[in-house]
Amino acid sequence: MDDLYRELIIDRYQNPLYRGMLEPNDITFEDANPLCGDELRIDLRVDDKGIVREVAFSGHGCAISQASADLLLESILGRSLDEVRDITKDDILEMLGIELGPVRLKCALLSLKVLKAGVYGLGEADDDLVE
Amino acid sequence: MKSLVPANVLDVAHIRTDFPILEREVRPGVKVVYLDSTATSQKPLQVIEAMDRFYRESNANIHRGIHALAEESTAMYEAARGKIAQLINAPSARQVIFTRNTTEAINLVAYSWGKANLKPGDVVILTEMEHHSNLVPWHMLATERDLRLEFIPVTPQGLLDLEEYRQLLGLNPRLIAFTHMSNVLGTINPAAEIIHLAHKVGAIVLVDGAQSVPHFPVDVQELDMDFLAFSSHKMCGPTGIGVLYGRKTLLDAMPPFLGGGDMIKKVSLRSFTPNELPYKYEAGTPAIAEAIGFGAAVDYLQRIGLDSIAEHEREIISYALERLEEIPGVTVYGPPAEHKGGVASFTLAGVHAHDVAQILDTDGVAVRAGHHCAMPLHERFHLNSTTRASFYLYNTVEEVDKLIDAIYRVKKIFKT
Repeated sequence: MDDLYRELIIDRYQNPLYRGMLEPNDITFEDANPLCGDELRIDLRVDDKGIVREVAFSGHGCAISQASADLLLESILGRSLDEVRDITKDDILEMLGIELGPVRLKCALLSLKVLKAGVYGLGEADDDLVE
Repeated sequence: MKSLVPANVLDVAHIRTDFPILEREVRPGVKVVYLDSTATSQKPLQVIEAMDRFYRESNANIHRGIHALAEESTAMYEAARGKIAQLINAPSARQVIFTRNTTEAINLVAYSWGKANLKPGDVVILTEMEHHSNLVPWHMLATERDLRLEFIPVTPQGLLDLEEYRQLLGLNPRLIAFTHMSNVLGTINPAAEIIHLAHKVGAIVLVDGAQSVPHFPVDVQELDMDFLAFSSHKMCGPTGIGVLYGRKTLLDAMPPFLGGGDMIKKVSLRSFTPNELPYKYEAGTPAIAEAIGFGAAVDYLQRIGLDSIAEHEREIISYALERLEEIPGVTVYGPPAEHKGGVASFTLAGVHAHDVAQILDTDGVAVRAGHHCAMPLHERFHLNSTTRASFYLYNTVEEVDKLIDAIYRVKKIFKT
């Protein structure tokens, strides 16, 4: 169970590489997890070819949600928006390297949900985006 | 460490034998340390067996049946109502209305009394420490009726600002709705004073007793309450049943809430005549087994004594607060032990409440993390979330020690 808090997660929670905001940005989206009140905003800068060049996240949340946001943003740098649309729940879990119960899964997937809602240009983030 | 070990007001070791779940190992070798009774309490065998016995031996629908089982079920259901009436010293059992829970009881008042009595511009006073269940029904009614909602502020210490309350009473409010005990801060509010002042300006008072009725004696006549709402499942009874107590003149005058069977005296194709109290507000087949379980829970609590339970919790919370405050980085919210019940909500610097709760769970320590259905109160203290440990009659000092040890383990993992 302590695997949940393996070094990588604690480290990314305490020393995130991509915390901040980008103004102006090309894509921005924010959403909350109503279970815990966590809020997350993701900003992206994308070049003419649709490649993600700069990333940032802000808000507050638990170690799982913050570390997942930081790792997810790192993974999309230099990738196309089409590739971002294809990221799945399993990719996130593989990145975190942990197994999660249904409650904490929401924490881990909040960043992907926000990212996809932004990339798809949706008005609202929906759980279906990450299922 | 100062010695603050409780002086055994209750025979907790014996009480614990009534709660088989407290022996549960949540994973191999890890016994549960249940510190989440504010969310829902555990249930003693006396309650579980009363419900089991009802289904094995007596089950039938209540009221109109003429057969033996129906009469027996009806008698058991009404006996439960009588026990609850006696617990809160209601003048009559007819003033005890069964609902689904506290939330539904509050909604009953908002929909029935509120819609019949409140008009645009009327002032309703709530507090900053309310549970969402005593906020949202009023938001909904305020939008529909164009009401003005005002809030008694919470002081930095976690008490209601009664000076500000006196000022608000100058607005001639029609209703004051407040929690008797905060589910986050544990604050026990001075109900007698709040109600007395409200009545002086002619306002009606609704008390959210979800956290008070389970933990200390509450007397609706002594406190001169107009409405009191509470739930069975936080006081050793089953989920799915709660109570609205109301003053008789108010309940008689209010229109029915839900329509259907049991709440009528007569029905024709185009009209109905409502039944008398309490049935007027109990449409459809109620939670019969749950009412009987609730009655058994009341018997159980009264046999032990709510005064003794309150004293036991005071000792546990005093000890818990002292131990929590020793831990570097821990901040506990709410007033000192003399003003509160058995609830300790805290933050640990640098660690999110969800992570605290998750690591505590690995030691079997069950606490709650989040905003505890009181987002405005968390905003008031500039918090996103807190971790809440809460105590009841079956909790021990040793369990507080396990909580403390587990928090130290969180600090180790997060290197804080």
